Amino acid sequence: MTQYTAVTDADLAEMLAAIGVGSVQELFDRQIPANVRLGRPLDLPAGLPEQEVYAHLRALAARNVSAEDEITFLGAGMYDHYVPAVIDMLLGRSEFLTPYTPYQPEVSQGSLQAMFEYQTAISELTGLPVSNASVYEGPSAVASAGYLARLANGKPKFVVSRGLHPHARDTLATYAHGFGAEVVEVPLKDGVTDLEAWADAIDDETGAVFFAQPNFLGAVEDAEALAAAAKNSSAVVVGQYDPIPLGILKPPGECGVDVAVGEGQTLGNRLDFGGPSFGFFAATEAYLRRMPGRIAGQTVDADGRRGFVLTLQTREQHIRREKATSNICTSQALNALAGVVYLSWLGKGGLVELGELLLQRTHYARERLVALDGVSALHEHPVVREFAVALDVGGRDGVAAVIRRCQDAGVNPGYALGRDYDEFSDGLLVALTEQRSKADIDRLADVLGAAVAAERELLAHPPATA
Amino acid sequence: MADASYPTDLLYHPEHDWAKVDDDIATFGITWFAQDALGEVVFFDPPDVGSTVTANDSYTEVESVKAVSDVIAPLSGEVVEVNEDLRGNPDAINNDPYGAGWMVKVRLSDPSEVDALLDSAAYEALLS
Amino acid sequence: MSTLNDNKLHADPGIEAHALHHEISVTTAGATPMQRDRATTIFEKGAAGRRAFVAPALDVPEADREQLLPPKFRRDAAARLPEVSEPELVRHYVKLSRRNFDLDTGFYPLGSCTMKHNPRLHERVAGLGGHARLHPLQTPERAQGALELMYNLEGALAEVSGLPHVSLQPSAGSHGELAGVLLTRAFHEDRGQHRTKVLTPDTAHGTNPATVTMAGYTVVKVGTNPDGGVDLDDLRAKADEDVACLMLTNPNTLGVFDPNIAEIAEIVHAVGATLYYDGANLNAIMGKARPGDMGFDIVHFNLHKSFTQPHGGGGPGSGPIAVSDRIRPFLMNPRIVKADDGSFDLDDHGYEKSIGRLRGFQGNYGCFVRSYAYICSLGAEGLADASETAVLNANYLLAKLREHGVAEQLPLAFGELCMHEFVLSGSPMKKALGIKTLDLAKRLLDHGYHPPTVYFPLLVDEALLVEPTETETKETLDGFAEAIAAILKEAGEDATIAQNAPYTTPVRRLDEAGAAKNPVIRQPL
Repeated sequence: MTQYTAVTDADLAEMLAAIGVGSVQELFDRQIPANVRLGRPLDLPAGLPEQEVYAHLRALAARNVSAEDEITFLGAGMYDHYVPAVIDMLLGRSEFLTPYTPYQPEVSQGSLQAMFEYQTAISELTGLPVSNASVYEGPSAVASAGYLARLANGKPKFVVSRGLHPHARDTLATYAHGFGAEVVEVPLKDGVTDLEAWADAIDDETGAVFFAQPNFLGAVEDAEALAAAAKNSSAVVVGQYDPIPLGILKPPGECGVDVAVGEGQTLGNRLDFGGPSFGFFAATEAYLRRMPGRIAGQTVDADGRRGFVLTLQTREQHIRREKATSNICTSQALNALAGVVYLSWLGKGGLVELGELLLQRTHYARERLVALDGVSALHEHPVVREFAVALDVGGRDGVAAVIRRCQDAGVNPGYALGRDYDEFSDGLLVALTEQRSKADIDRLADVLGAAVAAERELLAHPPATA
Repeated sequence: MADASYPTDLLYHPEHDWAKVDDDIATFGITWFAQDALGEVVFFDPPDVGSTVTANDSYTEVESVKAVSDVIAPLSGEVVEVNEDLRGNPDAINNDPYGAGWMVKVRLSDPSEVDALLDSAAYEALLS
Repeated sequence: MSTLNDNKLHADPGIEAHALHHEISVTTAGATPMQRDRATTIFEKGAAGRRAFVAPALDVPEADREQLLPPKFRRDAAARLPEVSEPELVRHYVKLSRRNFDLDTGFYPLGSCTMKHNPRLHERVAGLGGHARLHPLQTPERAQGALELMYNLEGALAEVSGLPHVSLQPSAGSHGELAGVLLTRAFHEDRGQHRTKVLTPDTAHGTNPATVTMAGYTVVKVGTNPDGGVDLDDLRAKADEDVACLMLTNPNTLGVFDPNIAEIAEIVHAVGATLYYDGANLNAIMGKARPGDMGFDIVHFNLHKSFTQPHGGGGPGSGPIAVSDRIRPFLMNPRIVKADDGSFDLDDHGYEKSIGRLRGFQGNYGCFVRSYAYICSLGAEGLADASETAVLNANYLLAKLREHGVAEQLPLAFGELCMHEFVLSGSPMKKALGIKTLDLAKRLLDHGYHPPTVYFPLLVDEALLVEPTETETKETLDGFAEAIAAILKEAGEDATIAQNAPYTTPVRRLDEAGAAKNPVIRQPL
């Protein structure tokens, strides 16, 4: 017996008698052959009382430098937005936290209606009529869109902008290797997808095209032009979108995008060292029956009451099995709930205000940083929440050293682009959220300026080797 | 349709499909048994006109809430007409499987294939 | 007449159904308070101008917004999100939550889902800022606590599974399955082989065949023998050198531990194929047997099953995998490595044979924190106790049902004993009483229970798959058995009661066909 199980000696005696066995051991002896029995205790530490587990987890937490411990401008796919207190409260409620996927809709109207509301919110955000109830996260949502295209048109080639998040490109390649598609990458030119190369790459064999908005360097792409270039092919146009700037950016549904996917972490979910979050997946009506994942639909009950059920289930693995639109079973319902609560908390006006605020602060931050010695803009395109600068500190090692210096001064200046892009080995990606005030940006400028200066000094006058 | 029925003027395939042959054009659909086993049909997507169907192979699918079923072609040929009405409203497949629930009309490529099909008595015997 | 209250939904187990069941009037006056409360979405509430969010003031010099973002890139009309105040928002979602049945509230014996208690300590530790507000791209030197936690969790999962090399990356069980089949592909391709088939038993969960297709293979089904295990003759006939892998779960979805597992492994390995373990049923064997010792090459875990990650109404989950030495080279990148000085790093250099990534960043760390806390709390003994009690509880519930005389109408589909779950067939009940497994399930809702899994596995007619888990008390199990017996007795007197159930839930039986025929999947605005 532990704190979670409850079989007393008296219980045990009664239960064994009812079953008709002499011991719990017998239940295992009679069903598992001796030659596959473990025959020894697990080699794990002994269990601990709650107080000690808490202390241990707290000690581990203390060895992490989180957004509570430094002013962070680190983004590159996940961002330190403020999570409102109402979300903590709602996600902690037993009724949202502990039920299973809604297999008995009569007692799952809370979850099902929340999915319906989430689908509505994503549809509004993206300008596309159809949304599912969530997938795992951003990069695998991109890969899922690839699978949708493969089943839809069977074409073997995917054209992918190098501006797509590196993890999304990698994940797409991993999945594509399985179901048999070739990934062809189109380079960036001056910070955005090379439109000419993009158009050239698209041909009769292209099953899907993929771009990011904004792209990984924070630049706003010409989504309409990218989508239009695929118009005369049967390729599915897939856009990977950052949801927050959709308050002010033209939505994918108005740019000719067929399938819009993206990372939902910024909508009411914490960083959590990378997960759990959720991926959103929206599409035009034509792809409704090819959508992966759960979909909640409206209906009525026996008395005519409005209600909600999982619908179009024949797409899914539990019915269509090997011909399913994906293998997804458990997705990210609780995180998607946080998403719709967050979007409702922001509200129609709030999402726009947030977008405009980020636009202004991002611009201010870029201006302040490129004014520093040794710092230049990596591209000049419009940016809405994240931008890239080049640091004249001798490449990757220098950038890493600059970041370390800044972190030692309590500011995380951003992401070293050289980790994923050889051509931007001197690059730094700087992200803004509403939690980074002007004062924070000014502090970043001071700290970064000093760090860059120190590294350039070292390069100009290296310490004498012994 | 409430009660089982298997019209005598039709021919039947063991996988629960019927064929009505008029010279070289045959109309296909699914039997009462098939629609009853499926339950309420919610979606039907007919094949393209001009496509080829092969006897004993699946030529399309029919969906209920919790199941997907292949629809088997009783005979081979080229699809010359499909029941577009079923696309938005597949109710007729349940309510009138031999009439308004017809699925496709096919120009037969090998009319002798009808010899392999069952008459209504033989099909009903198969079901019991 | 109507003294109904919606607490019926949250009834203590063992309490009889309300006597006025089928006499409940369709009119408003006769319905429960929650039934009278019509579903209204957040989009239909609020009013123009209301807000819950207050934007920070603009504190930087304001630049021309159209210069910063030219009109061609700008959105014309704002997304029509709700406009509500915080109190409205809170009330809406709190009320909405109450329309759910949940595990904290009542018994949830969903077979294959392992609905065991979610300890609340886990929420507290997962919420600590050092875990919750840690950026995934933080430099490893400044994320040592997180990396150590993941490293330790990997070690614990390796010990539980008997397979030494773990990746925590996959986001859910089916994601882990995809990893497993893609690893299998890489393994064969590395040896210059291009196999095309993957074997799955006909009792397999739907995610198995769906995964096989996604990974570019063809599914071949293997039959089940009368004892509920894999049909060895069928397996021998189908296992050839074009088979890449056999995917199994043991115990399987029938709740049966396949005693021939060693021989199955031999047959599969003899043709050079890999053996994959679907860990959905791990709760039966923790500390008692290990898939690695049975001969499996790749195992996935469902942290949201055996390791208490809350199900959240459909996720998040987490599906780490553990693999044998020969599969190790192909594992996903990045990997957690421990240096001689005891420090940790995230490494993706020098693993050229890796299949790459299956998702962004490192996986669902929030789930790792919870599962790790669980393993720390229980330790070796506690995990074994969990499995022992899970198996005990399932067998006890089965025995209790037999005691109540329901075995005739709901016989056990296979064997005499079971592991952590058991499958009953409602086929005799349907013939004798005229109610289907579905009707039984719906009537159970009126008794305040979540029903077991229905109509799975497909192999059993009118299947009812019951998994009580180890965290339920004997009293709960007794009450559930009584409820089943009561429903059958009631059906013997009047089958229409169960056929039209439920009566006391927030909505009654829903028209699923209508929802599929004319899908309405968003609020029209």
